[in-house]
Amino acid sequence: MAHGHKLEIFRGLVKFKSNTQKIWGVLAFLTLITAVEVVLGIMKPEALTDTHVLGMKLLNWIFIILTLVKAYYIAWDFMHLRDEKSALRRAIVWTPIFLVLYLVFILLVEADYIYNVYRDSFISWNF
Amino acid sequence: MDSTVTTGTETSVWGGGNQPLGASYGKLMMWFFLVSDALTFSGFLAAYGFSRFKFIETWPIADEVFTHVPFFHGNYPMIYVAFMTFILIMSSVTMVLAVDAGHKMKQNAVIWYMFATIIGGAIFVGSQAWEWGTFIKGDHGALETKGGRILQFVKADSGERASLSDFAVTIPGERVIHERKNGLWFFDEPTLTSFSLEEVVEGFKANPNILIRTEVITEEGEKTLLDRQASLKKLADATQVVEGANLIHNEYGSRLFADFFFFITGFHGFHVFSGVVINIIIFFNVILGTYERRGHYEMVEKIGLYWHFVDLVWVFVFTFFYLV
Repeated sequence: MAHGHKLEIFRGLVKFKSNTQKIWGVLAFLTLITAVEVVLGIMKPEALTDTHVLGMKLLNWIFIILTLVKAYYIAWDFMHLRDEKSALRRAIVWTPIFLVLYLVFILLVEADYIYNVYRDSFISWNF
Repeated sequence: MDSTVTTGTETSVWGGGNQPLGASYGKLMMWFFLVSDALTFSGFLAAYGFSRFKFIETWPIADEVFTHVPFFHGNYPMIYVAFMTFILIMSSVTMVLAVDAGHKMKQNAVIWYMFATIIGGAIFVGSQAWEWGTFIKGDHGALETKGGRILQFVKADSGERASLSDFAVTIPGERVIHERKNGLWFFDEPTLTSFSLEEVVEGFKANPNILIRTEVITEEGEKTLLDRQASLKKLADATQVVEGANLIHNEYGSRLFADFFFFITGFHGFHVFSGVVINIIIFFNVILGTYERRGHYEMVEKIGLYWHFVDLVWVFVFTFFYLV
């Protein structure tokens, strides 16, 4: 590899001396996030499950955001996207993000509509 | 490479042989494959979201479905899946370390790190097989109604789930599985459940401590518990006993839940399995010194990308199947 590794994460807040050290640092961070997710998933604090943001429980938003954070560090540090040219990075990252957001939006809106049809129609599924 | 270039670098762009993205052909193609594979998985997960939003009021609660840990009895929601997640992240780390050692041309280090990666992958696939087995075998058993809804049982005094064997009575009967060899025109029939519908119904009527839990989720995010009167009334709707899960019946609730579970974790498990196989091939190539002679370990980097991708997908499956 001609080019070196970028050895800082959190926008330069944490700097590592070598690539190996950075890998262990990222592992510690990912493990921490997973542990937080599991603890929240088991405890399910009422303050988070009772609050709804954009029609979904706050707890679920936290899970999704933490997942995206994990995905970012796996892609950026384990898959070396941090060291790739920005053109390659953008081609790889934005294409799926755009398509997935579109698909998810369409499908979830449609599913919610079907849910309402089932709920409010004359025939109820109570047998 | 380009014989016509005489002036500056701008004209040499047309001669070929340059890498505008700074990545080799193989690595670029691996990335493009991963992008398309990511879209496939997203399609599955989006379809899961579709079905879930469609039946948002009756969808099974994952914490109540995946509660087992091998070699331990009791109720431990999430613990084992968290362990599996950690194993996969850990094997991702050994993979990056292998890639890193490859850049430094340390053959022995690459061998050991790849070995660790393969072991991690094997543990994960084994765990997933165990998880499937537990899911298929089932936990407490349930009744299914004519409309395909699941009725589960709860002990009224403790609030714990009641298994069919806790209360079903034994009614002497001669019902045995009919086999092909015993009938001229008969082919086969599904496996008999350990209790017949009649035995469960009679057992329920005889035991006032048992209540029925329906699929419907209440405001508090828990399944609806019927009182004794409503339970007895609901019991009349039951048409069959369900134990465990397959693609058609599922004691945990909505049958689509089991379908998606088998499909998504199965597709992911297949990726992990093929990743382990490719890892083993590359592992032997490293031992044989193929990349040492080639002068670079880019192949390790490419399979590394695939392996991290499998980890990446699992992060999302973990969230959308087990957490949310």
